[in-house]
Amino acid sequence: MDLSSITPALLLASLMVAATPILLAGIGELVVERAGVLNLGVEGMMITGAICGFAVTIETGSPLMGFVAAAAGGAGLALLFGALTQVALANQVASGLALTLFGLGLSSLLGQDYVGLKPVQTPAFKIPLLSDIPFLGRVLFSHDLMVYFGLGLVAAVWALLKYSRAGLILRAVGENHDAAHALGYKVVRIRILAIMFGGACAGLGGAYISLIRVPQWTEGMTSGAGWIALALVVFASWKPGRVLLGAWLFGGVTVLQLNLQAAGLAIPVEYLSMSPYLITILVLVIMSADKSRAPASLGRIFHASG
Amino acid sequence: MTGTLLSIKGLTKAYPGVVANDTVSLDIGTGEIHALLGENGAGKSTLVKMIYGLVKPDGGTMQMRGAPFAPPEPRSARAAGVAMVFQHFSLFDALDVSENIALGMENPPPLRDLAARIRTVSEDYGLPLDPYRTVGGLSAGERQRVEIIRCLLQDPKLLIMDEPTSVLTPQEVGILFETLNKLRSEGTSILYISHKLEEIRTLCDTATILRLGKNVGTCDPRETTARQMAEMMVGSELQTPKGTGATPGAAVLDVSGLSLPAPTRFGTALKNVHLRLHMGEVLGIGGVAGNGQDELLAALSGEMRAAPDAIRLKGQDIGHLGPTARRRRGLLAAPEERLGHAAAPDMSLTENALLTGAVREGLTANGFLKWGKARSFAERIIETFDVRTPGPDNAARSLSGGNLQKFVIGREVLQRPEVLVVNQPTWGVDASAAAAIRQALLDLAGNGTAVLVISQDLDELMEVADHFAALNEGRLTDTRRTGDLTIEEIGLMMGGAHDGMGIAHAEA
Repeated sequence: MDLSSITPALLLASLMVAATPILLAGIGELVVERAGVLNLGVEGMMITGAICGFAVTIETGSPLMGFVAAAAGGAGLALLFGALTQVALANQVASGLALTLFGLGLSSLLGQDYVGLKPVQTPAFKIPLLSDIPFLGRVLFSHDLMVYFGLGLVAAVWALLKYSRAGLILRAVGENHDAAHALGYKVVRIRILAIMFGGACAGLGGAYISLIRVPQWTEGMTSGAGWIALALVVFASWKPGRVLLGAWLFGGVTVLQLNLQAAGLAIPVEYLSMSPYLITILVLVIMSADKSRAPASLGRIFHASG
Repeated sequence: MTGTLLSIKGLTKAYPGVVANDTVSLDIGTGEIHALLGENGAGKSTLVKMIYGLVKPDGGTMQMRGAPFAPPEPRSARAAGVAMVFQHFSLFDALDVSENIALGMENPPPLRDLAARIRTVSEDYGLPLDPYRTVGGLSAGERQRVEIIRCLLQDPKLLIMDEPTSVLTPQEVGILFETLNKLRSEGTSILYISHKLEEIRTLCDTATILRLGKNVGTCDPRETTARQMAEMMVGSELQTPKGTGATPGAAVLDVSGLSLPAPTRFGTALKNVHLRLHMGEVLGIGGVAGNGQDELLAALSGEMRAAPDAIRLKGQDIGHLGPTARRRRGLLAAPEERLGHAAAPDMSLTENALLTGAVREGLTANGFLKWGKARSFAERIIETFDVRTPGPDNAARSLSGGNLQKFVIGREVLQRPEVLVVNQPTWGVDASAAAAIRQALLDLAGNGTAVLVISQDLDELMEVADHFAALNEGRLTDTRRTGDLTIEEIGLMMGGAHDGMGIAHAEA
C-alpha cells in the first residue's frame, strides 16, 4: 500500500466536486420539505436532469445551455409531482416513489442515442489571484462555476429562510398549512413553487454528474445520490448548514475511499464502497440527536375547506 | 355607540346538503360588543368566515361604514379593518411569537421593531407576552394572547372572536374581559361568538341569535335571562333534566384504599380513595381540574391497574383487570378527551362504535368483525341520541364537539352498563345537547345503573347527582347528599382549590 500517492490538496479539491451533486439536490429538497412536502422522487429528477443536461450540451455544444435544460427537466418532472400531490391530492410517498421509477425509465429512453459520447468539457474557473494561493487556491478557488453556485445557493437558502418574509411564509406553510391558509396564504401555489425549485436543483445536481463529474452518459448513473440527498436533509435536521457539512462529509469519504482503493488498502473493495453511505448517515444521526424536529405538516395532504 | 360599523343584509351560503346561512341580516355598531349566539352547527362560523373573506357568500350584501364590503380574501378584509381570533388557534408551533405575529400582518416591520411593539401593546392591554418565546411552549391562554395581539397591532375596527373563552381558566377569562372592555372604550367593535350565556350577559351589548342558519332574533343580553336566550337558540322550551327519583339499591361498586402513583410528570397521584356506588344512584365528583379526575377515571376504567381488592364490582375483585374485562362485567367508562381518548378521530363512527361495543354488543365472532351488526349499533346510537351526521361512515373528527360527545356517551349508555363512569360529559357542548346528555344519564340511573359523573361544572353536578364528593390533590372527600349541601360546604369540600389552580396552570 502506498499512501504517499494521496495528496491532501487534490483530495480536498475533489471532495468539493464529489459533494456538489448531493449538495444541490439536498438543498432543493430541503426547501421542498420546509414547505411541508415530502418528495421522494429526488433520484428520478436527478437522473432526468442528468440526461437533459447531457443531451442539450451534446446538441448545442454549450454546457451552460445544458445546465439550464437540466434545471428545466428536473423542474418539469417535479411539476408533475406537484400536480399529482397538490392538485389531485395524491399520496406524497407513493407519488414520489413513482416519480423516481418514472425518471429512471424516462432517462434511459431519452439517453439511448447518447451512450458513449463525450460532452464538451466544462471549463474550470480559476478565481484570479485567489487561486494562486498555495494549497487553498488549489482546494477552494480552482473549480468550475457550479461548485461555487452550489455553495452560493446554500448560503442564499439559509439567509432566505432565516431572514426574509418569503422564507417565513414558506416555513409557516410547512409548519401548519391550515393556519397559513386561514391567514390567507396560498398554500398550494407556494408548495408547487417550492417543489419546482427542488426539482430544478435536483436536475442541476444530476447534470453535474453527467457533465462534469463523470462526464459521460450511462443508464442509472446517479446510483442512489438522490436517496443520499434525501437522507441528508432529514439527518441535517432541515438546516442548510448541516446539509453542506453532510454533503462534504459524504464527498470526502467517497474520494478518500477511491484513493484508498487506488493505493491498494487491504480491505475488500465492497467495504470501502459502502463506507461513504455508512459514515455520512452515522455522523448525521449523531448530529440530529438534538431537539430539532421535522416541519409539522411534512407529508400531510392539504385540502382547503370552508 | 355612534352609528353602524358593519351592516349585513340577507347573507346566504349553502353547502352541499345544508344551508349554513339563510338570509342572515345584522348590524354591528361602532364600539359595540355584539354577541353571536347559536348551537353548534347554527352557522356562526360560516357567517364570520364570510365577513373575514375566507368564504364567499352565495347571496346578500355587506356594508362597512356605508361602503360596499365584499372581501374576496382575508387580506382585503384585514385591510378594511377586520381582524379575527380563531377558535382553533391558527398558530405555528415551531415559530416564535414575533414571527407568528408577522405572518398575520400585511406589511410587518423588521422583526426587532415588531418585537418592541409587541412588548408595548401587550403591556398596554394587560396581556404580557415575550416576543421571542417559541409558541409551541405556551399555554392555551398565552397562545390566545398571541392571536389577540396579532389583531391589535393592525388597529382593527372590528375584532371577531370565535369562542375565545373555551380554552381559558377563569382567571384568564377575567383578564380577557378587561382587555375587551378597554377595546370597546376605544371605539373598537367586537363580534363575540360563544354559547356561554352568562359570559355574554356580563360582556355584550347586543346579542344576535342564529338557529339552523337563520337569524331568529336580537336581544339585549343584560335584559334577557340566560334561559330565554337558550330557548331562542334551541327554538323550544329547554327541558331541565328530571331524575326519576328511584331510591338507590344495593352497592355495586366499592372502591377502598385506592392509591396509585402519578402516571406522568404532570399527573396527580391518587391517595387512599374510598367510595361506594349504589344501583340507581348518580354520584357527582367535583374539584378543580388537575386534582386527579383523569387518574380516577383511568383507575376505574381499567386503563391504570390497581391492587385487585382496591376496586370491587358486585363483590368481585377487579382492580387488576383491564378495560375489556371490566366492560364484560358491566363497568363502562367514557373519558373526557373526545378526540383521541374517547374516540379515534380518523376512524368512522361504525369503527368507533365497535371499539368499545365489541364485547357487550357481540360485534365480533372468532376474531372476525361483524360489520353489519356494528353498523346498526352505530346507527342506533345516532338515532337515539340525535347525533347530527350524514351517517355512520363519517369520521369521528368530522363531527362537531357536541355531536361527538353525544355519540361517545350514547355508545356507552346503549351498552346497558351496570356502572357507568363519565368524565366531563358536557364539556364544550351547547345547552340543548348538554341537557340531552344529562337526561340520558338520569334515565340510565332510573333503570338501575350506578352512574359516576366527574365534572368541573358544579351546576351540572347539582342538577344530576344524588350524592357529591370532591377531589383535591388526588384525595376524595366523604360523600354527601347533594340536597343537603350549601355552596359554602361545597367550597370547603373542594378546599385547597387554590393550590389546585397552580397545578392546572402548570399543566396547561
